[in-house]
Amino acid sequence: MDDSQETLSLVLFSGTDDKLNAAAVLAVGAAAMERKVDILLQYWALDAFRADRVLKDHGVAPEAGPEGAAMVQRHGGQHWSETFRQARDIGVVAIHACSLSMEMLGLDREDLDPMVDDVEGVAAFMAEATGPLTFI
Amino acid sequence: MTVTTNVDRTIDARGMPCPGPLMSLIGAIREGWVGEVVEVLSSDDGSKTDIPAWVAKARHDLVDVVEEDGFTRFVVQKAR
Repeated sequence: MDDSQETLSLVLFSGTDDKLNAAAVLAVGAAAMERKVDILLQYWALDAFRADRVLKDHGVAPEAGPEGAAMVQRHGGQHWSETFRQARDIGVVAIHACSLSMEMLGLDREDLDPMVDDVEGVAAFMAEATGPLTFI
Repeated sequence: MTVTTNVDRTIDARGMPCPGPLMSLIGAIREGWVGEVVEVLSSDDGSKTDIPAWVAKARHDLVDVVEEDGFTRFVVQKAR
């Protein structure tokens, strides 16, 4: 791990498969290039990380439209959860669940996929996020 | 003069979308021994930038990049 490089701080809000896939690709790319990755899951992104929902169809962003949705479907590729797992395997990647979103969705730690490391408040996340934030 | 490198392992990642070929290479290099030569075949355009960038960052050796018909052959030697 190259400590001279800035951590990639990703805040994931959206829970559609296309946005989660885009975020996962950023995470795995950063991990490959030896950057630390710190991820905070909020709202619908957190909902998508529920253990019983990870692999269900989360749709695509509204701007995709029916044609875009069909394109995403055709392109295939591996599931975003697998890409996040790869990122964790090759690099230093932490995935945190936002405590406020946990409360809002009525979730417990056990409801989440095991790749989520912990539940964290936003201040704790910000303490680590010394560089810019990427919000997806 | 043609330099021939003995390839110890070939990964056919043709058809895999980005970042699949790079991930396959990273996995193979991690499992391999120092000095092992791994060849990756990729039809993904992203590999043309990503594989050289990763090899440099991870401090291995990019022995050769060969454009074939519809894919690229990357020859990488594990350096450490």
